[in-house]
This record gives sequence, C-alpha cells and structure tokens, in this order.
Amino acid sequence: MTEDEVVAELSSGMTIGIGGWGSRRKPMSLVRAMLRSDLTDLHVVSYGGPDIGLLCAAGRVRRITYGFVSLDSILLEPHFRIARQAGSVEAREFDEGAFYLGLLAAVHRVPFYPTRAGLGSDMLTYNPDLRTVTSPYGDGTELVAVPAFDIDVSLVHMNRADAAGNGQFLGPDLYFDDLFAMAAERTFMSCERLVATEDLLKEGPVHTLKIPRLHTDGVVEAPGGAHFTECPPDYGRDEAFQREYATTARDPDAWAKFRADWLDLPSHDAYRARLADRAQSAGAEQ
Amino acid sequence: MSDAAIDEICLVALAEAFRGDGELLCHPMGPFPVAAGRLARASFEPDLMLTDTIAHAVVGTLPLGATVGRPGAADEGIVVEGYLPFRTVFDQAWSGHRHVVMGASQIDRHGNQNFAAIGDYRKPKAQLLGLRGAPGNVINHTTSYWIPNQARAFVESVDVVSGPGYDRVAALPEASGRFHEIRRVVTELAAYDFETPDRTMRLRSVHPGASLDDVLAATPFELTVPDDVPASRIPTAEELHLIREVIDPKGIRKHEFR
Repeated sequence: MTEDEVVAELSSGMTIGIGGWGSRRKPMSLVRAMLRSDLTDLHVVSYGGPDIGLLCAAGRVRRITYGFVSLDSILLEPHFRIARQAGSVEAREFDEGAFYLGLLAAVHRVPFYPTRAGLGSDMLTYNPDLRTVTSPYGDGTELVAVPAFDIDVSLVHMNRADAAGNGQFLGPDLYFDDLFAMAAERTFMSCERLVATEDLLKEGPVHTLKIPRLHTDGVVEAPGGAHFTECPPDYGRDEAFQREYATTARDPDAWAKFRADWLDLPSHDAYRARLADRAQSAGAEQ
Repeated sequence: MSDAAIDEICLVALAEAFRGDGELLCHPMGPFPVAAGRLARASFEPDLMLTDTIAHAVVGTLPLGATVGRPGAADEGIVVEGYLPFRTVFDQAWSGHRHVVMGASQIDRHGNQNFAAIGDYRKPKAQLLGLRGAPGNVINHTTSYWIPNQARAFVESVDVVSGPGYDRVAALPEASGRFHEIRRVVTELAAYDFETPDRTMRLRSVHPGASLDDVLAATPFELTVPDDVPASRIPTAEELHLIREVIDPKGIRKHEFR
C-alpha cells in the first residue's frame, strides 16, 4: 500500500491509535499523509510526540487520549502546549502506566483494568468519566477502573515487515505497538524495509517478531518513515530538524513555511527527496 | 575543609535518599537525579539496579549521557545485565521494586506534587510536562523529589496534583494507599522528609552554605523544624572523585544551578 491508500481508509471523526513513544519510532509518513487529506474531528490515542503536535497544529483533532506528549530531547511538545493553553482540544490524560492498561483492556475485550495508578491524583478529577471499583474479595481495596480504549484504526511503524503484515522491531523497545495493533478494529503498518518472510530472522532473533499478521490490515514500505523521530538501529532522531520544527510553534510565519516546505508535499518520496537536498546543502555549507 | 561545591553537596544529599534500598530498581528522572543514583550505587548501595536511561539495566558506573545501542552514542565497554523496556518498567513499578526521583514545579507540605500544569487544568495558563507517570509511581512505591528552586516550587497549595501527597492518600481506603511513601525532598537549600505524626514536611538537614533563615524564607507553609537540625553531610573524597571524574566529568549537574 501507499500512505495515501492507508489514509483513504480513514474518515473524519474516527479514533486513531498511533504507536511509538514520544519522538521515537512514530509512523510519521502516515501522519503526514493524514495532514494532506481532509480528515478532521479526529480522536487520537497515543503516547504522544510530534504526531499529536502536528495534528493539533493543523486543526485535525477534537480529542486526544494520551499518557504524555513529548519530543524527548524537548520535554514538552510545543504545538501540544499551544493547543492545551488555547483550550482547543479535549484532553483525556492518563498516567503513563494506566494508559497501557487502557490498551490492554481493549486487547482483552474487557471493559476495564483495575490499578492503583491515579488514586489520590487529579487524573480522576479531570477525567470525570473515570470510575473506581472496590475489590470484590473483601480486602477493601479501591482501584481506578481504566476503561478499554476503543480504537478504530491504529498506525504503527516497524523496522522490518513482510508483505503479509508480520512486523519486526529491531530497536531497544517495542513500546506498546503490539497492543495498539491488537486493540484496534484495523491496523496499518509502515516499515523501514519490506523483506521476504524467510529473511525476517536474518536481522533479529525471533523475539523481535512482535506483530503477527493476524493484527495488520496493510503494509506500507516507508524508508525513513519515522523521520524526524528516531528509529534505531536504522537511524537516530534528527535533532536539528526537530529543533526547527519546535520553533514553528512560536511563530505563525515559521509554521506556514514549515508546512509549505515539509508537509504540503505530494508523497513520502517527495519528502525524502527534499530531505536529501537539505542534507546536501548542509554538507555544502560545511 | 572540603572544597565540595553546592551541586556536589546536593548530589550526595539526593544519593542519601537511596540509602537502605538494597536490591531494587533505582529509577531517577533527569540528569541530576540519575547522577545521584549512580553515586549511591558506586559508594554505599551496591545492589541497586540502574538503567542507561533507555531500556537496559547496566552494571558499572556510566557517565551521564552514555546509552546502549543508539546510533551515534558511545556504548563501548557498557555491560548490560538486564532488559527493561517501558512495559517491564510499569510492571516493576506496580510490583513495588522501584524508587523514583522526580522533579516538581510545585509541592506542598503534604508532599502533593505538580508538574502537570499551572492555573486551571482545563485551560492552563502554562502547560507543563503533564501527569506523566507520577500518579502511578507515587501510589505504588517509594518516591523522592529533586527541586533545585525551592522558593518557586514550595507552595501553600498546588494547582494540579500529579503525585499525591500524604493527605490525599490518607483519604483513600487503607489498602489502596499502603505502598505510598515519599522518602525525601532535596532542594538547593536543604533536605526534607515526612517523618512527623501527621506526615507533613519536616526539615531534615540544611546544606552547608545555607542557613535556617534561608530555608524559612523559601518556605511559604508551616514546616516542622526540629530543635537540632544537622547540616547535610559533606561529600567524601571518594564521592567527589566519582562525581567529578567518573559520573559527570562534563559538569552537566551544574546546569541545574544556573
């Protein structure tokens, strides 16, 4: 599939789960394809990074369910900050671990998972639809009932995949991408490189095959698809690019220029070509 | 007389929060707390488990900034003893075998911590980090705080509760709050604990160079001050060596004191 074919499967008002973590292994080529569509009124569920920042900045989001929204080396996502301070998105914030249980509950098709995470904090105050449960075993423990996250479509980015939709991560952490894939009605996966099934174990042990084709509905080969977030071992974060992106939150003109230069492009290939030009001119300056 | 600088005195005071922890996951957030955890393990708590701040449990004493397996990062000679991806970290947290150090933009006398937002949460004047993992950490296992700007952060009441303090937890059923412990708060002036009958904040030691008046001037709430408050201890020569030559030769710890 192509990025645009994936996005053609989405519609406005949907709940979209996005894998990765902060500014790490985000399916950015798919997010950029969403930005060149007319999708709007979305509910995004994510351990957020520039996915949430970009979709908020472009006005595509009604509601966000998140454990945090960070660029890692820049602690707070700047476009998310603006959206929150303007009150322009509905924030449904969970403790990072409680968020994991919302995904897990959806995967296991139970209405909630209980946890202490959130008790006594304002997570409950500002999520008025959250409920607590009391242990039925007579010990008197009151717990937060983290509701299952109902997700229409999840998008994840893997290091490798085969055409059948088996996904492989080769970096230090899968994050929760397998749960995103299993929790959603449908999941589309981009990957750095599409390989033959018999080649999957050439680059990593069997433990890296964490997303079985049972849970994927389409694969996009997108080399550099996580840029500017990191995708080890294939590449690290493009910190210079990320810094430039972050400054666009402070200046509408800079944001307009960033959109024109990097988002209003017809395809991921066009984006990659522009990145190559950028690298070349940076090299020429040195 | 030691030539220890204030950042080194604070680092040792923060490392002291881990004394007695034995074999558990020492999981400080941010460079300064990470340096304190590494100092504690390298000196008086050798059984602590520490990470490279990514997903690897590592042995030996890493300098700040060294991580395993990232493109461009120096990782030669780092010995990995375990694998701690985020999912495992949550399991560890809920199992209780973990002690975190977090920051706080605001903290009150009960230990309620805020690094989520300033103003009305629903449309904040300033969006900060968010709740992050604070609610789940604090209710499940030992937590300490590193706060290098006491006068700004110590407040009568916090705008948002990320990590609940003792009053919030006391209002829960006992079984719900049984694993809550705020061990220590360390600022640029002093160290604090909650070892009082009503579990409100108590002055534990004052850092050399600061006075009780400095502490009180930077504390807008009622603080328990024992009759005889000791001075925070001076780093040993071995600790100074570890801090300056091994853990933080680049002086990253000093950035907190600008």
